[in-house]
Amino acid sequence: MDSAQVAIRVQQLDKSFRLPKYRMHTLKERALHPFRRHRFDDFHVLHGIEFEVLRGEFFGIVGRNGSGKSTLLKCIAGIYRIDAGSIHMAGRLSPFIELGVGFNPDLPARDNVMINAVMMGLTPRVARERFDEIMAFGELERFSDTKLKNYSSGMQVRLAFSVMVHSDPDVMLIDEVLAVGDAAFQQKCLDVFYRLRAEGKTIVLVTHAMPLVEQFCHRAMMLSGGEITHIGVPGEVARAYMSENFRDLSSDVRAGTSAEEVRLAGAWMTNAAGERVDTVAFGEPMRLYVAVEALGPIKTPGIAMWLTSEDGVRVFSAGAREDGGGLTDLEPGERVEFSIELENRLTAGRYYLGCTVVRGTAGLEALLFQDRAADVVSYGATLDSLIGVDHTVSVTRTRAGEPVR
Amino acid sequence: MSATDLELKEVRGPAAVSGSPRRFVNLTWLLATTDFKLSYFGSVLGYLWTLMQPLMFFGVLYFVFAVLLDLNKDVANFPVLLLMNIVLFSFFQSGTGGAIPSVVVREGVVRKMQFPRLVIPLATVTTAAINLFFNLVVVLIFMLSYGLAPRLTWLLLPVIVLALFVLTTGIAMLLSALYVRYRDVSPIWSSISQALYFASPVFILINTILKGHPWVGRYYLFNPIATILQQARVWMVGGTRSPAHYMGGAVWLLVPTALVVGVFVLGYRVFSREAPRVAEEL
Repeated sequence: MDSAQVAIRVQQLDKSFRLPKYRMHTLKERALHPFRRHRFDDFHVLHGIEFEVLRGEFFGIVGRNGSGKSTLLKCIAGIYRIDAGSIHMAGRLSPFIELGVGFNPDLPARDNVMINAVMMGLTPRVARERFDEIMAFGELERFSDTKLKNYSSGMQVRLAFSVMVHSDPDVMLIDEVLAVGDAAFQQKCLDVFYRLRAEGKTIVLVTHAMPLVEQFCHRAMMLSGGEITHIGVPGEVARAYMSENFRDLSSDVRAGTSAEEVRLAGAWMTNAAGERVDTVAFGEPMRLYVAVEALGPIKTPGIAMWLTSEDGVRVFSAGAREDGGGLTDLEPGERVEFSIELENRLTAGRYYLGCTVVRGTAGLEALLFQDRAADVVSYGATLDSLIGVDHTVSVTRTRAGEPVR
Repeated sequence: MSATDLELKEVRGPAAVSGSPRRFVNLTWLLATTDFKLSYFGSVLGYLWTLMQPLMFFGVLYFVFAVLLDLNKDVANFPVLLLMNIVLFSFFQSGTGGAIPSVVVREGVVRKMQFPRLVIPLATVTTAAINLFFNLVVVLIFMLSYGLAPRLTWLLLPVIVLALFVLTTGIAMLLSALYVRYRDVSPIWSSISQALYFASPVFILINTILKGHPWVGRYYLFNPIATILQQARVWMVGGTRSPAHYMGGAVWLLVPTALVVGVFVLGYRVFSREAPRVAEEL
């Protein structure tokens, strides 16, 4: 790979924490037991990590809690010392791994912006010049001199995000940035992401939000137990993550899986006559239904369903829409029945109907995820491929020597 | 910076001093001034409160020792001298005492952001130095209103402050790094600094110490703070002999000087050794 294009290069990175078995907390103990050696348990967090992020790339890192992704981010940011291997980086790095770090609640926004911007590597003069712009982006102009303790958490994140964007780093490490903030600001952040992507900034995004990974990242990587288990196309990595995450849950449970805020009321298929069926012939119309019930209020919900084959390949997916737009807020006790109608083009075999309910316009927070809410069987055509598509066939014969068209 | 002139550089991990020197200086100064602002924004009287402490202390000491016990009555300009000594010593005390928990207090930043770790204790000492600056202005005003004639040697005051700053920073680096591991550093240091207070000529001046024990002078002045305060007295107030005189030769000044430099180097080395692991140890 052309090294001029590389923004971050991580080679054979190892990191372990030394957890002392017995720890001396005072100089007194140290003086009383001068010869006692510290004994440690080595806790291996990252092992043999090796990857590159290209300049201008949006790179997602996913993994379950404890998979080592935050530690990796801290190593890249230079907060943790690495035990072996190397990390190289091109350009200026935003040194935060979390938004709002270093904010002092007793200081007004103005001072906090200054400190944060200087931490980001701006000179105090440039920081002062960009102050108005920063406040304007965060829609916080009226609160320039308000102490941060009087800011809401959403406002603080807006401020921090705004400072980061305006500090103009070449490489940004972002850990779960969009989990907070209202829908409008989330949208604004997404717009900024698109712009940054266009400007060729490099962003490493650590998140649990698979829609974000699939929507934004050029490439993604999954960590599991401190090793890279998947790296490549975001969609595949996201699916790997989902299947690891829900491995324990994706049994044959049909309906009635309950989450805290939403419940799957049912998932089924009907034929052209509207009768509930389990099987459908190739070429016949089929209608897939997903019904969910809100247990609490859900703002800007999103519902999606999909079919996966027996080998876990997602055949297609569809999202619920109302009036051509998104869904309106759900009240507790309200039910939504979402269905799609299509002609069965599936090769013979068993398929699983999956569905998910998310919150927020960006679809960041999954309230419900059910990979196998129901199963359906297609019959009548055994194809060489997963689906058959409409096509016309023509065959013409010519002789050698005549030009090939 | 255009996108083409970016070169791959190794990420070296956390350190006491890292990144651009400009960022280091900007960050230290900004954190120090913000801390200074915070310390007096919180109350109505603001800065006056930070001045109150040495003034109150001055009042008590003056009343007890000069008025009640009638000590130091032969010392010219004793009140002026006492105030100056208190101001200088309280810089040392608040600089070191404030720096000890500084790294632990800023845990959140240390664990989540990359920046040169040395900024933290240095900013704390700088905040104390800003306080010292304003307090010294008050001391100078007090000197003039007391009737002291300005001297040329007043211009040497920065040398005094610098020596004290280097010593304070050295101890601040050493103790803030040790405190991350050993929490009894704080009480141990408050005893030591209390002892240093009595081993330095703040209100028990060198004349009193030497009365009957002239040979003590040399060893007394091995204490760098004693040397610094005595030299400050020579330059700012007068009416006394230089530390070199009491030590029996300027060559002996090498001892307190070596102590200051030694403490600084030791502090820097210990801090640098601990800095890379501080984020994990917290």
